[in-house]
Amino acid sequence: MLPLPRITDVIDRDQVLHVARLARLQLSEDDLEMMASELSSILDHVERISELDLDGVEPTTHVVALENVLRADEPRPSLPRERALEPAPDPAEGAFRVPSPVV
Amino acid sequence: MAASDWEPVIGLEIHVQLRTRTKMFCGCELSFGDEPNVHTCPVCLAHPGVLPTINGQAVSYGLEIALALDCEVAPRSIFHRKNYFYPDSPKAYQISQYDTPLASGGSLGDIRIHRVHLEEDAAKLIHVGESGRIHGSGASLVDFNRGGTPLVEIVTEPDLREPAQAREWLQLLRATIKQIGASDVNMEEGSLRCDANISLRPAGSSVLGTKTELKNMNSFRFIERGVAAELERQRALLDSGGEVSQETLHFDPRSGELTSLRSKEYAHDYRYFPEPDLVPLAPTEEMLSAAREALPELPAERRRRYLAELGLSPKPANQLAFSPELAEFYEQAVDAATSADPGAVANWVIGDLTAALREAGVDAADPAASKVSPAAIAGLADLAAERKISSTAARQVLAALVAEGGDPAEVAGREGLGQMEDPDELESVVERALEAEPEAAAKVREGNMRAVGPLVGFVMRETNGRADGGEVTRIIRGKLGL
Amino acid sequence: MLELTAGEALARIASGELDSQEYFDAYAHAAAGDELGAYLWTAEAGGKGSGGQPLGGLPIAVKDIFCTEGIETTAGSRILEGYRPPYTATAVRRLREAGARLLGKTNMDEFAMGSSNENSAYGPVRNPWDGDRVPGGSSGGSAAAVAGRLAPWAIGTDTGGSIRQPAALCGIVGLKPTYGAISRYGMIAFASSLDQCGPLTRDVADAALLLREMQGPDPCDSTSVGIEAGVELPSRADLEGLRVGVARDFSHEAEGVEPGVAEVFERNLALIRELGAEVGECELPHAGHGISAYYVLAPAEASANLARYDGVRYGLRVDGAEDLVSMYERTRSAGFGAEVKRRIMLGTYVLSSGYYDAYYGRAQRVRTKIAEDFAAVFERFDLIVTPTSPSVAFKLGERTKDPLSMYLSDYFTVPMSLAGIPAISIPGGLAEPAGGGPELPVGLQLTAPAFAETRLLDAAHALEAAIDFTNMPPTSSASRPGAGGSAAGS
Ligand SMILES: [Mg+2]
Ligand SMILES: [Zn+2]
Repeated sequence: MLPLPRITDVIDRDQVLHVARLARLQLSEDDLEMMASELSSILDHVERISELDLDGVEPTTHVVALENVLRADEPRPSLPRERALEPAPDPAEGAFRVPSPVV
Repeated sequence: MAASDWEPVIGLEIHVQLRTRTKMFCGCELSFGDEPNVHTCPVCLAHPGVLPTINGQAVSYGLEIALALDCEVAPRSIFHRKNYFYPDSPKAYQISQYDTPLASGGSLGDIRIHRVHLEEDAAKLIHVGESGRIHGSGASLVDFNRGGTPLVEIVTEPDLREPAQAREWLQLLRATIKQIGASDVNMEEGSLRCDANISLRPAGSSVLGTKTELKNMNSFRFIERGVAAELERQRALLDSGGEVSQETLHFDPRSGELTSLRSKEYAHDYRYFPEPDLVPLAPTEEMLSAAREALPELPAERRRRYLAELGLSPKPANQLAFSPELAEFYEQAVDAATSADPGAVANWVIGDLTAALREAGVDAADPAASKVSPAAIAGLADLAAERKISSTAARQVLAALVAEGGDPAEVAGREGLGQMEDPDELESVVERALEAEPEAAAKVREGNMRAVGPLVGFVMRETNGRADGGEVTRIIRGKLGL
Repeated sequence: MLELTAGEALARIASGELDSQEYFDAYAHAAAGDELGAYLWTAEAGGKGSGGQPLGGLPIAVKDIFCTEGIETTAGSRILEGYRPPYTATAVRRLREAGARLLGKTNMDEFAMGSSNENSAYGPVRNPWDGDRVPGGSSGGSAAAVAGRLAPWAIGTDTGGSIRQPAALCGIVGLKPTYGAISRYGMIAFASSLDQCGPLTRDVADAALLLREMQGPDPCDSTSVGIEAGVELPSRADLEGLRVGVARDFSHEAEGVEPGVAEVFERNLALIRELGAEVGECELPHAGHGISAYYVLAPAEASANLARYDGVRYGLRVDGAEDLVSMYERTRSAGFGAEVKRRIMLGTYVLSSGYYDAYYGRAQRVRTKIAEDFAAVFERFDLIVTPTSPSVAFKLGERTKDPLSMYLSDYFTVPMSLAGIPAISIPGGLAEPAGGGPELPVGLQLTAPAFAETRLLDAAHALEAAIDFTNMPPTSSASRPGAGGSAAGS
């Protein structure tokens, strides 16, 4: 197992900014500082699991022992287009309009 | 280092849209070319609270493709979430397979397959230019009809060495999947998409150079040209002492130019983690044997059989084996033929028939859909093999078959196109020809065989083309003492 | 009429003593006069509803995390304000098919992230026992409505304690079934591998009634299996022959448990013995790490589950953005509250490149260890008991400044969620809060192996009768000090 990175002094303002970008969140200057300190204190607590010897322990991704839950390839009714577009903030030409991605 | 000392290393990443009735994770019907957003539901629009459910037929197709590529099917594979924000991804994550793909470690022909996995397609984003509301920038429209279409992603090992080889191999892959019936594999419609990873390394080295990724080339021709262009670019860079930088490129087939797709958006960090909404796939022996039984004879095996058992030469063997429709038609014709050998029948199918169909404006890719039956082509090949019909006459018969179908012997008889059976009759026509074309006869007598044309032409006119060209030449030479 | 349990009301409707429509209307009026901030939407009185069997037209309050076709569903978030889903959650549909009528949608911590209901974008919920205190969360609206005579019963969701903890703080019964017992389809996802729907009721029999109707496999949820053996209505009056485990470092003796809570727990233990159960010591060596594992896994899943709120297909969009990325960022920053942002940040961070193994991978392994601990205990014991919450209801605003202290309210409930096993909180008695003041409810948590809901409900039923708790706040909601005022309501 990889050594656990030390986080308490690592999660600084810049790292918070990077994570906020990944998560598409805009944080104010004050938010950034606060978030850095809050996340650090939470992660400091979380870090206690690094004391445990977990070598050879299988990770749990599902608690229900199920496999191969498959659906038959049979069509089900789709939504009428007006219903699909009804909650859209900016419907146009039968579609969902968005600002263009910058490429 | 001289240009010739670089060895190209090419690997392909192929996305195949599966031909299921419904989407990968919901019951919406698949479609192509419909009005936007008429095949959507809460699941594929990623409404709050919805859950995906796996399309069993997509898994079956995935297993069939994996087995056809000689892969090892994973006893247990899971789905992951691949996180990225983009309007074509309604959940902002794609459900895909990551560290435990459906299958891995196979091969097709000489090329090793790295992995085969299942995932879902993105929606379609259409740029519509400046919008009224948002000044100074463009707007895009999102159509979710395609979003969630089942995909199989196939990744090869970097075993390809030449652009043409990449194209040919992709054609073999396409034929294989088409034969299985798992996809339409139509590059123009996007049901087969190919990216290439390309690098150069010093010949003889086993170290891989820095690779670039060439995105979404939408025809076989473009793949060959795009890969060639990128190899050329890298070669020039390296030869001038430069370095290749890792980037994603787009090939414009019209200009032949490569452009870098440098995104101004933040760098990707997909944050893969296991999809908690889906349980693992653990193909049972039952599922595997069903997939095995569903597999038809595949192009690679078919080609091997054409070469080894039917004695075809490589070119027609490839051409027939890589087209399920042609191969099917061809094999029926071989079975029906009595005296024509498989090689001759092959020439009739991929040569004369294809040409005649094209000439008549009929789809040449699927002769079974034309008026010409495999038995008719076999009959025609037999007539020719038995020399009961001349090649000129045979072409006329074929044209008649393409136009209205029927039996070749009958058509030949009706049109008076049967080979002249009486050798004396042909001899007398040749004598008349020598009299009618004395100048030509003189030149031929002096050894100028190119002058034989007017003589043969005379005979053909007189016999309505029933005479065999070779036979006519033989008689002329005999008469002139050559 | 509003004092009855749902089961009692059903019996009276069946015998003709009570009119189903009258009963519904009485609650519709009560809900319309909600001063606790428990509801975000309520049904009109007088409306006709189907009164099918077996639930006889009884009204039910539904946490606003369940999609209800055509009825606003916000999950307590600004980002879903005005959102009317095109479909209905399976659990709600099943209740409706069983004859229940939707009474209202209850307030909740935004996207179920919270333990006090102070994280709702639509204002806090007040505890019917003391209007200056929180009802717990995230199903705070459901718990307050049931305890405050604003609904006979309700459903909520529990990811790390969101049914059990508010049930404990409001003095009612709250059941988190086995993961997979009830379909999650239509339940707005927080942490998909942990989320489970369950009932909040006045007694254990009512919880069994709702569980029986809601449970079962659903083709729309691949992880749903239902309870194969079915759910029997509880009938036990004693605990004869049952072996009950108590883990020393994971019980009243654990650090941070209020003295009042510990006292009630000890009284409950004595009662368990009196009822004939054999009480023994057991070990749950990794349960104490539950919170750590939980605050990696749940935020990680949440960071992906909440990525769909992007202003494209429904919900809030903040206009004026020139490009796509700023539209995303403005929309999400305006639409999500502070706690949701904190957890999205935490989840994004632990999944980001270079940290996955250290956090997510490790937390998944701790999850395995916790499940193994429970499995080992259940070889020797039939049930495990713990306090539900280390404290009684705390004051509004008391923990909002310190996220970690808020997270620790779920200390006793999180391990069961991680193991996917069923647990129920029943009122264990009243205790004085740490800082003094009128007595408040204390919850007792019983835990059983996966799919052993019938055993769990039976034992809880016997214990409930012996504890004989009056689970109605001493005063009516209208006359409570501190109620009304700033609490946003329906
Ligand atoms: Mg892919
Ligand atoms: Zn759909």
